[in-house]
Amino acid sequence: MTDSLPLSASPDGTARALRLRDPANLVSSRAISFWTVRAGIGWLALGALQVVILIFTDTSSHRSVNEIVLAVTVLLATVHLSVMPRWRYRVHRWELTGTACYAQSGWITRQRRIAPLSRIQTVDSERGPLEQLFSLANVTVTTASAAGPIKIRGLDAGVADRLVDELSTITSASTGDAT
Amino acid sequence: MTPPLPLVEVPWRRLSPRMLLIHPVREVIRFIPALLGVFLAGRSSGQGHWWSLAGLAVVLVVSVMRWVSTRFQITEDQISLRTGLVRRRTIAAPADRVRTVDVTEHPLHRVLGLAKVSIGTGTSDRKREGLVLDGLPTAEARALRVELLHRGQPAARPGQPHPPATGIPAATNHAGVDEVELLKLDPSWVRFAPFTLSGVVTAVAVAGFAWNILNQAQVNAGQLGPVQSASRYLRDTPLWLLVVQLGIGVLLIITVLSIVGYLLAFWGFRLSRHPGGTLQITRGLITTRATSIEDRRLRGASLSEPILLRAVGGARMTAIATGLRVGRGSERGGTVLAPPAPKRRIQQVAAQVLHGPDMARVVSGELRQHGRNARRRRLIRAVAPCSVIALAFAALWWWAEWSGWLALASLVLLAVSAVLGLDRYRSLGHALHGDYLVTRYGSLDRRRAMIDTDGIIGWNLRETIFQRRLGLISVAATTAAGRQSYGLTDLEPDEAIRVARAATPGLLDPFLVVAEPVSRRPFLARSPRASSSSR
Repeated sequence: MTDSLPLSASPDGTARALRLRDPANLVSSRAISFWTVRAGIGWLALGALQVVILIFTDTSSHRSVNEIVLAVTVLLATVHLSVMPRWRYRVHRWELTGTACYAQSGWITRQRRIAPLSRIQTVDSERGPLEQLFSLANVTVTTASAAGPIKIRGLDAGVADRLVDELSTITSASTGDAT
Repeated sequence: MTPPLPLVEVPWRRLSPRMLLIHPVREVIRFIPALLGVFLAGRSSGQGHWWSLAGLAVVLVVSVMRWVSTRFQITEDQISLRTGLVRRRTIAAPADRVRTVDVTEHPLHRVLGLAKVSIGTGTSDRKREGLVLDGLPTAEARALRVELLHRGQPAARPGQPHPPATGIPAATNHAGVDEVELLKLDPSWVRFAPFTLSGVVTAVAVAGFAWNILNQAQVNAGQLGPVQSASRYLRDTPLWLLVVQLGIGVLLIITVLSIVGYLLAFWGFRLSRHPGGTLQITRGLITTRATSIEDRRLRGASLSEPILLRAVGGARMTAIATGLRVGRGSERGGTVLAPPAPKRRIQQVAAQVLHGPDMARVVSGELRQHGRNARRRRLIRAVAPCSVIALAFAALWWWAEWSGWLALASLVLLAVSAVLGLDRYRSLGHALHGDYLVTRYGSLDRRRAMIDTDGIIGWNLRETIFQRRLGLISVAATTAAGRQSYGLTDLEPDEAIRVARAATPGLLDPFLVVAEPVSRRPFLARSPRASSSSR
């Protein structure tokens, strides 16, 4: 498979495959509750709608269909709420080194993004109302490419502030238009 | 006009007063539906001509105000434009951020010796119109382009806010001694025009336009003489003959339209390199267009072969440059580096436009094919939606007694999609040649994108759950130019890392570990509980 370039030459001279490891840091563990609550709100709304329909429907034939749909909804919600936040928490990771910013996100589909610090253009952090409740924050690192903003979600607010400070110091020191 | 001293404030200037002749014509065309409405409404009240005259007067006043309210200023370090009478807007751009300058001469402009100058300053171009100076005398517009693009160069020009309309530019643009011509239109390339599908687009646009006018004018299409005789003819002719005639007719129309479109867009096409470090593209039959791209903004080129063009050995080329977004419709014109032409010729030009070692392999060298699992995934993705449709129609035919033709037709669709999927796989390929990352993808519109590795500003790696099971990963190199990211679809992880490491040395290294033979799918291996409970 590797016909032209050796992947890496280890000390004993044999070529061995390299792989990209996960970023070092997990996000805040409060993110699990945050993702649960956020997804739960959606499921609750869906469930409530069905309960209302159930109350105002008299015909027995419609009723049984409604009950089945509601049961399926509850089942899906339980599975989703118990699996998704924990799975997500395992995947969502980030790391900042002296030269690059690296983040991983997603759950079923996993995304990894890497950008060199010398090409970073802006760094923002934002906190939605629900996130403030859990004292979480999102950090977005943009480069000159519209395709590559690195978003780190569910960070502890304090960690996010420090991260933004650090990144701003580094990026303000670099020159050029980073394209 | 005497050049003011550097410290004296540069006056705000108006665009050429000759625009006063163009604006009314444009506004009248723009307001034709409204004027028509006023005219029709007025006719019923008996004083139609007065109302429409009043409407016309309003439109004329608006167009004069448009000219009066637009002013621009070009200073040593900034270009500013003020527009709008009711809603004032000022756009300013630092002169050293100017990346592209585009001089367009529409037919009306050409009659009056005017040109429109569009100044591109960077990636935010799409959100707003940007800096457009519509209506400078042609010579001044050309001079402005030369000046703006060469400002950043160390051999700076004398401190003039804008050059006088006489002198250098016109001469060097047309008969310069030291510019290098890279590509000139060969009239025989018109043979590629019918294979570009631009004729189809034009035909649809013309038909839509005609339909719209008929609607606006409230003409009942059924009462028109030609339509009536056509429908009589349709009744009396057998179906197969009609289909054949219609097919030939449509083909003819599309061919003619695409040839006309090709000539309109690319007549006089000329790509040249100027010693000041810019590429210059001039083209157009009725509307002429001159685009300049600074060499240092060029991050690569994309060679595109739409399927029909590919079948006849043609290709075309667009630039991958910062400040020039890959736009839609008319916007796209700014990035054209070569019209549809023989592929061999385009490759030669690409090798001259880009620079670096080993250019022959960058533009035409072999690419590394993606693995067998990539083929499997392309096939599945192409065939799966069509097989769902085919199954649905088969079920409807079996149980609901729908026509079996639909099921048969969807089987044909299935076969076509499988062929397309295989072709998509055959297109997939990548390589690192010289200074360039080369990636090829797509079937209906196959592209070979060549990106300078210096222009790569990050990596996006993506794995869906299906890709993880097949041991594949999609990698995209992000860049500030062109489409903003260029993807290598469905690579084996080892290959993905090899390419990324070679293209951006050192960037990935802190995050790499030597793989243990077992941990092929580290994510699933680490969290078996989550993956099993998800099903």
